[in-house]
Amino acid sequence: MVKARQNYDGVAITAPFSMPYQRYSIDTAHWWIAKALRGSLTAANLKPSDLDGFSVASFTLFPDSAVGLTQHLGLCPRWLDHIPMGGASASVALRRAARAVQAGDANIVACVAGDTNHIDSFRNMLSSFSRFAQDASYPYGYGGPNANFALLTDRYMKEYGATREDFGHICVAQRDNALRYQNAVMKKPLTLEQYMSARPIADPIALFDCVMPCAGSECFLVMSEDEAAKRNLPYAMLGGAIERHNAHSEDDIQLRGGWTMDIDELYAMSNCTPDDIDLLQTYDDYPVISMMQIEDLGFCAKGEGPEFVRSHDLTIDGDFPHNTSGGQLSAGQAGAAGGYIGMVEAIRQVTGTAGGTQVKNASIAMISGFGMINYDRGVCTSASILKTGARA
Amino acid sequence: MTEPLTFPPKKDPQKRSATPTRPPEARSRASLALTAAAAEGRFALQVCDECQIVQYPPRDACMNCIGTDLRWNDVSPKGHLLAETTVQTSTKLFFRERAPWRMGSVKLDVGPLILCHIHGDCTRDSAVKVLNRLDKSGQAVLIAIPLERSDHMDDDPQLRALSAHPKHRRILITDAWNPNTPALARALLDAGAATVFVGEAESWRPHPNRDALASMANVEVLPLDVTDTSSVQKLAGEIGGKTDILINNARFLRPGGVLSRGDTGFARDEMEVNYLGLMRLAQAFGPGMCARTADGVNSAAAWVNILSAYALSNTPEYGCYSASNAATYSLSQSLRGEFRSSGLRVMNVFVGPTEDDWHAPLPPPKVLPQSVARSVLDGLNDGLEDVWCGDIAKDIRDRWRKNAKVLEREMTFGSDGA
Ligand SMILES: [Zn+2]
Repeated sequence: MVKARQNYDGVAITAPFSMPYQRYSIDTAHWWIAKALRGSLTAANLKPSDLDGFSVASFTLFPDSAVGLTQHLGLCPRWLDHIPMGGASASVALRRAARAVQAGDANIVACVAGDTNHIDSFRNMLSSFSRFAQDASYPYGYGGPNANFALLTDRYMKEYGATREDFGHICVAQRDNALRYQNAVMKKPLTLEQYMSARPIADPIALFDCVMPCAGSECFLVMSEDEAAKRNLPYAMLGGAIERHNAHSEDDIQLRGGWTMDIDELYAMSNCTPDDIDLLQTYDDYPVISMMQIEDLGFCAKGEGPEFVRSHDLTIDGDFPHNTSGGQLSAGQAGAAGGYIGMVEAIRQVTGTAGGTQVKNASIAMISGFGMINYDRGVCTSASILKTGARA
Repeated sequence: MTEPLTFPPKKDPQKRSATPTRPPEARSRASLALTAAAAEGRFALQVCDECQIVQYPPRDACMNCIGTDLRWNDVSPKGHLLAETTVQTSTKLFFRERAPWRMGSVKLDVGPLILCHIHGDCTRDSAVKVLNRLDKSGQAVLIAIPLERSDHMDDDPQLRALSAHPKHRRILITDAWNPNTPALARALLDAGAATVFVGEAESWRPHPNRDALASMANVEVLPLDVTDTSSVQKLAGEIGGKTDILINNARFLRPGGVLSRGDTGFARDEMEVNYLGLMRLAQAFGPGMCARTADGVNSAAAWVNILSAYALSNTPEYGCYSASNAATYSLSQSLRGEFRSSGLRVMNVFVGPTEDDWHAPLPPPKVLPQSVARSVLDGLNDGLEDVWCGDIAKDIRDRWRKNAKVLEREMTFGSDGA
């Protein structure tokens, strides 16, 4: 019998900050991370020297890591973490930071993700992503993640009867949401007709199935509830969080993710069920992966994702608010910050600070992450459930 | 079904030639063993010694038991095409120029899932066979083809890019005098070669191949003496811009080792023809061929050296000749490196003792001209780098790979009573 996990009681998540994204930037990841960190510190009325924990996720810091950043930014943490998990990094950073706070290893942890996007950096990043990708994926058309997700989408459609319209529903709803999010890169409405007639990228994936790489950064702080209350900060509490890596490696094509291994425990820890979730933030570098998360997180059975998105309204005011800030598909993919966009938005939602994208009475949010196409599939998955601690 | 490749129109000199671009070359060291297998046309994957699980992508420890004894074994290339896509856009110029590009996921019968190129004749969700081939970067890539052959399947653009198929290409064979030349010319023409140029030294002297070559359509015999720099340069000036495949079969051969010869005369001839001949040809034809590797249907594709298998390990009965071939083999490795950036392939055909006067004292088996021709054609079809022609060449290869020092000792026995 595996020992039950301890709860995450007493932890506050606060001071969410999103640095507005840019399509291209001449600044570095260091600059973007500094901007987001400053944003969260200012929101909490803290100085850099008040931090004693620091967690970083970034692809474009090279040759630096979190270590180089401490000296670069003049931080002196007693707890330091670097999360190389891309789209899965937010829930992973949060749960580790939460444990550090619970254990007293750190008092105030800043969790930050950010990347720059030089005109050439997407190409450079592709060429150095992973050994298996270099050896066994890129020589075959060099389609990058587009090709990987095309294969996955192709098989998913065949297996479960999903159509391109079904994926279009997800993208169109997110664009509606993005129009209410001031930082979104995409500012124009998107119709299903436009989605369907878009230029093909890697069949069956077309233009609006793909995210737009950009520069940006996101940050939040983790501290004790006492600390947050003392500082009068609105905060979220952590019901539970899970991570899983290289799950279901026996599956020939990835039609389910690691969430399925731990999802029951996540709901049990959080004392809730899928029906209690007020809004869901999935990792959405392609709509098929959002559909898969809706299934694997328990909102419907495997294979029923297409029917689920047909019969639900995924916009902010709908019956299933999903990716309320537009997600990466409409707000843009800022490298590792793409793993944080849903988390930072969810913190705003349950603390009543989401402004234009606020879901009415949102008190329980689920955030899910997916990352790192090492060869033929995403290796890392994560998820967490946030609840309202104190509203603004 | 693949449509037959049509003969390209005459080139418009006003138009820009496509510059040679390449697919990504970077690989881990483990992956280079897949390339080594592709270089001789084998489909091999790592198999764990401890648990027998077949692995892919290549790795340094078993994905099942983390044992580190992974052996490259030939395995069944059959599998099932599970998913596919057509990449319409790529950040890599090589693929952008060739888009759309079909690729997919194949579940191999032996276990692993592979990503691979897909031949145009493969149908969705069907049984396929996977070939391990060298791409324009000289690295192994996998391509799924249908189980059943179709008439023109070699003309599929993705498959053809992984081969040096003679169809519609113009080919220079450097030595009209070599006994294997008529068989080579015949086989190339039968495979669809547009023109076979044959270099002929000492044209004033009659030789036994002349009538056979004269009787073949689309064969042009032209003067070429590989020991004469100006002769080589002159021919390159005439046909260098339309030589797509060069087959260097020029050979000077005399029996004997160091002590059986009184001087260095024959050794000098051997080096002049076998070693410096290759160098002269490469200096005259190489740059032009390298510039034309992306030139459409009749692009420059391969440089073929016909070598003695004793290039690997000396046989003292032909000791000086073996030494000249060892030098030539080494030079061909340099050429591989120098041609690499262009995508021009260097194929070495290692041949055992051939059926001719100079090898008359040796017992069989000996290699016939038709066998050399078949090896060259198979190698070009499959885009190989190393081809072993005849049982003796294969035997030497296997012994050399097993233990080069043991082979050396086997080849250098003394004789009793000396
Ligand atoms: Zn094993």
